[in-house]
Amino acid sequence: MPYAHSIGSQRYVFEDLRTLMARATPARSGDELAGVAAQSSAERAAAQMALADVPLRAFLNEAVVPYEEDEVTRLIIDTHDAGAFAPLAHLTVGGLRDWLLSDQADSAALTRAARGFTPEMAAAVSKIMRHQDLILVARKCRVETRFRDTVGLPGRLSTRLQPNHPTDSAAGIAASVLDGLLYGSGDAVIGINPASDNVAQVTLLLEMLDAVIQRYEIPTQSCVLTHVTNTIQCIERGAPVDLVFQSIGGTEGTNRSFGIDLAVLGEARDAALSLERGAMFADGRRGTNVMYFETGQGSALSAQANHGCDQQTIEARAYAVARRFEPLLVNSVVGFIGPEYLYDGRQIIRAGLEDHFCAKLLGLPMGCDICYTNHAEADQNDMDTLLTLLGVAGCSFIMGIPGSDDVMLNYQTTSFHDALYARRVLGLKPAPEFEQWLEKMRITQPGSPDRLVDALPPAFGRMLEHRV
Amino acid sequence: MSDAVTKNPWSVLRKHTPARIGLGRSGISQPTSVQLEFQLAHAQARDAVHRPFDHDAVEVAVQALGLPTLQLHSAAADRPTYLKRPDLGRRLDEASRSRLEALEMEGRPDVAVVIADGLSALAVESHAAPFAALLRTALGAGWRWAPVAIVRQGRVAVGDPIGHALGARLVVVLIGERPGLSSPDSMGVYVTWAPRPGRVDAERNCISNVRPEGLALQAAADRLAWLLREARQRELTGVDLKDESVPALAPVNMADSFLLSGD
Repeated sequence: MPYAHSIGSQRYVFEDLRTLMARATPARSGDELAGVAAQSSAERAAAQMALADVPLRAFLNEAVVPYEEDEVTRLIIDTHDAGAFAPLAHLTVGGLRDWLLSDQADSAALTRAARGFTPEMAAAVSKIMRHQDLILVARKCRVETRFRDTVGLPGRLSTRLQPNHPTDSAAGIAASVLDGLLYGSGDAVIGINPASDNVAQVTLLLEMLDAVIQRYEIPTQSCVLTHVTNTIQCIERGAPVDLVFQSIGGTEGTNRSFGIDLAVLGEARDAALSLERGAMFADGRRGTNVMYFETGQGSALSAQANHGCDQQTIEARAYAVARRFEPLLVNSVVGFIGPEYLYDGRQIIRAGLEDHFCAKLLGLPMGCDICYTNHAEADQNDMDTLLTLLGVAGCSFIMGIPGSDDVMLNYQTTSFHDALYARRVLGLKPAPEFEQWLEKMRITQPGSPDRLVDALPPAFGRMLEHRV
Repeated sequence: MSDAVTKNPWSVLRKHTPARIGLGRSGISQPTSVQLEFQLAHAQARDAVHRPFDHDAVEVAVQALGLPTLQLHSAAADRPTYLKRPDLGRRLDEASRSRLEALEMEGRPDVAVVIADGLSALAVESHAAPFAALLRTALGAGWRWAPVAIVRQGRVAVGDPIGHALGARLVVVLIGERPGLSSPDSMGVYVTWAPRPGRVDAERNCISNVRPEGLALQAAADRLAWLLREARQRELTGVDLKDESVPALAPVNMADSFLLSGD
């Protein structure tokens, strides 16, 4: 169905919903590369006005990727919660923005509405929101998940400790794990990107992380970020798998390019749940969020599976995939893909805020890999800006890596120091279970989770004396 | 270093990893010297991306090996276009296509070597010509070489139209990789059987991180020679040609994880 908007004598026509959404998207290189971006700033503004007038019901009737061809579309439509949607069903996209910003939309109302939103509705409204809108609404969303500790409580900012090493050296990984723990990092997960996808090697890494977590009684979980089919094999061999990792995208074709479909994700989740490795919490229930997903704008075009959609809309659709499997953690790796998709710091910052907002609106425990590559027009200052904005927005977790330099993947993400900066200036704390552990181990000062103890913590000091 | 900086005694563990561990802290922030060192590393990586390709110097170095050369340009006119439009970096511009068409070739070459700036001109300026010399020795006689093409603003797939136009059985692309913070001069090597436009990445074999501090040039040349011989014999490259010359990573040794040693 065509959409149109006139400004003066100029009439802008958009042939269908996916085209309207693409033209309304704030400028970025990936949409220009795909040939779906607005041709002028005025066309973009006209598209945003036309989009604001689209009733939310239209998104249930007009799929941006055909229902018959795509299992992600079928997932979105078939699992849509009509009851949660009913109170908002009369709204347009513009009306939804006003409601989200209004005092009616408190945390409880947003939680009730989450399953009534489709990813396309979230993407559409984000396209007519400024940074401050994306921050204000995301901050009101509450999403709590747990395995051995609790991620996403108000006033908390967790970190993934990312101890990568170019050749998976056990000593090298241990050195980065130690560095991270002593800087208060690792409450979201201790997660390694392995250099090798060899199942035997991955199993050894899992055993090593499990032994460290048990020995120091760290209230966190481990993950080796290998392909989901490798993790299934590891579980079959009896490896101690806490979280199952997988990169996911927003179309069936993108997921096929990753070598996955919804069925294999379900199979992996069932396998991980069967291990019952989550902690028992005070309410007598076990932590059962066992999945960890990464996403990122541009992956669908890269796989030539974008169906003429803009990259941000497809990215939001990936969150429907994630939501299906009740993950502990989800993050976009926002600046990793390169300047042909997000050209500079400005585009990376916008995308980071959009991804966080859309995922939170849909009810996901969203974090962000606040990052860039050396061929993007971005630097540490841009990352400081995005980190600060996401901290204000209530981002669930960020990465933590020694000195911002990933020596395995060759990109820059947030450092252990960066996380402490965000916690200090914004008054945020790590997950409560981990906060207590840091204090018990004498890593942080009593009552001050953003102040490190100067002396070497006793448990680690003894070990280091042995070593040095 | 002023007394406002808290040092980390575990910085001695840096012998186990190139990661930036044990940096110390001013309050909870990175100390001045650490921050400035990072800025320098980023500046070097940025310069590697934007450094103009000294293609003439590479041509002189290749000709000094006794190999004829050919200078070409991709359809990406400049660096900003190159960074935003990967499709243009995979194609040749009009003038380059004409030059290739006008070329008179005697017989069919076994291998066409293409040197492209990619994301680090520094990498190929430093390593491409010495690597070509090592490759020639490693391959030995019995290999007919096409003129070596030197391409500005090129991506890996630009080797496909070049290899096709030259009628080469195999194309080898030497290209500057995305610079890491600690590796601004890393070169990638891609080999493709029966090159023609439209080949996909799954049809290529790749040797990455070629630089003195990474995979040494001699070792990389030996591996490439192995791949070329196998490819010519089996008439394919890509996922079906497993690189059996690659040594597997050493297995993870739990005993090395000092976090688990006895206290």
